[in-house]
Amino acid sequence: MSTTSSAENPPEISPVERKLRVFLEHLSAPIWVILNYFGERAIMLGKAMAALFRAPLRVRLFLDQMEFVGVGSLPIIILVGFFSGAVSAQQAITALRIFNQERFVGATVGISLAQELAPVFTGLMITARAGSGMATELGSMRITEQIDALSTFAVDPIQYLVTPRVIATTLIMPVMGMVFNIVGLLGAFLFSIYLEHIDLGQFIEQLTYWTDPKDYIIGATKALVFGVTLSIAACYQGFTVRGGAKEVGLATTRAVVAGSVSILVVDYFLIDAFHILWPPRS
Amino acid sequence: MNQPPVSTDPNSSPAIGVPGANPLAQKDERWQIRVRGLNKTFGPQHVLRGVDLDIERGRTNIIIGGSGQGKSVMMKHLMGLLRPDSGQIWVDGVDVVPFTDREMGKLRRKFGMVFQYAALFDSMNVVENIAFPLIERYRLSRDEIMERVRDLLRRLDLAHVDGIEKKIPPELSGGQRKRVGLARALIDRPEILLYDEPTTGLDPVATKNVDEMIRRTADEFGVTSVVISHDMASTFRIGDRISMLDQGKIVVSGTPEEVLASRQPALREFVETSGLVAPEQGGRE
Repeated sequence: MSTTSSAENPPEISPVERKLRVFLEHLSAPIWVILNYFGERAIMLGKAMAALFRAPLRVRLFLDQMEFVGVGSLPIIILVGFFSGAVSAQQAITALRIFNQERFVGATVGISLAQELAPVFTGLMITARAGSGMATELGSMRITEQIDALSTFAVDPIQYLVTPRVIATTLIMPVMGMVFNIVGLLGAFLFSIYLEHIDLGQFIEQLTYWTDPKDYIIGATKALVFGVTLSIAACYQGFTVRGGAKEVGLATTRAVVAGSVSILVVDYFLIDAFHILWPPRS
Repeated sequence: MNQPPVSTDPNSSPAIGVPGANPLAQKDERWQIRVRGLNKTFGPQHVLRGVDLDIERGRTNIIIGGSGQGKSVMMKHLMGLLRPDSGQIWVDGVDVVPFTDREMGKLRRKFGMVFQYAALFDSMNVVENIAFPLIERYRLSRDEIMERVRDLLRRLDLAHVDGIEKKIPPELSGGQRKRVGLARALIDRPEILLYDEPTTGLDPVATKNVDEMIRRTADEFGVTSVVISHDMASTFRIGDRISMLDQGKIVVSGTPEEVLASRQPALREFVETSGLVAPEQGGRE
């Protein structure tokens, strides 16, 4: 048929208007990309949380994930925690010695471990070990149709696969952060007392005087939030894999990068928020 | 829930050439699933372009077609894993397209699906894989579950394999994986079994064994089988009814004899290329 309709031939627009439209499209494109990036992850997180309140509650899956994320990561957390504490003490002593104030090393390391080092390093370690594992496992399940198979049995894949991973990681992160804290303090203590010969009484006194429960609350809250961001980054990357083994590898890399970057970015905003809530002691 | 339109001819079958000219859908003895005018697009790609298809109850229905013609997409629609852009799917006389997720979940209990590469859960052993649908859907005792699992292992010639129950998927051969996948699909006694290219990647002997397994399962369990395939030898060995999907539409549908006699160009090319019949002079127009 040779007739044309208005739908086929839209009304002509002026060159200026066309350029303006193109300009606005280019200008808004990055905004859409960012909104899309966060929106897709937020939707998955929302579905995973909603699934938590829907039967059935598969307790065994939560425990399995807690074991994988928590117990499985314990050796690396202990190792990194110990040396982080020792290195922090070394750096603090070097700086404080300029002012002849080495006795404050316990307080310095205690606060920095509780508020920053423990949650951030724990988050990074869990991202590298468990986050990459989650992305690889879910990615492999996707390309071998195991996730489709779950759907054929009327099992919600998000409820079965994503919810336990997000909840388990979120709950276990503060615990792992506390382990990091304890082991880090031990590392700082041994380095300061036995290698730098800092007075034991001064170390303990300054540590207990300057560190408050709020420092540990801040650290635990951060760890909790990092648990959500790193696990949803990993699950999203694995869950949405399309293709083959190469794409699973790329998804794993993206999961680790996204998880690590999200921890550092979110950390910045959390520090600001906590400084408003609890102004730093002067 | 939508009520199906009343058929004036419940046993009507799509004609050879262009099937589904008569868009009937009602619960009857012959047709278990009826699809009319199914459309599906993925972005700019129009995969299904008004598919009309009938699946015969208790028979082995084969859907053939080249790669990328939308066979798997079609199958996923039958089970509600994908939602169509438009069209109707009638299962036992009920239009399932408007179903909610919850209703779709219940509907899926009628179906079992055997995946191309079995899709067994890597983290589970053979028994856990087979028992998965029962564990998820019912509260059965361990003994009841084990009884049904062992019955299926026996009926699918897996019981004699040493230590089969505790084996994990990577320890199984290709044929064993397919049979475990079939056992998992059969454990909840489905009415309809969907096979997604079950012979892909198998040698001729293994292919023949899988064909026999499909045939035997259909006879022994009385299920309606829907098999996606591009293996023409298998298709004519086990098929009771064959439909061809080409460029997003069913272009031929009928018994193996009717399909072999069809002059439809895409089908002729498919059959002749497979070597089942000698090519005609002039080839495809």
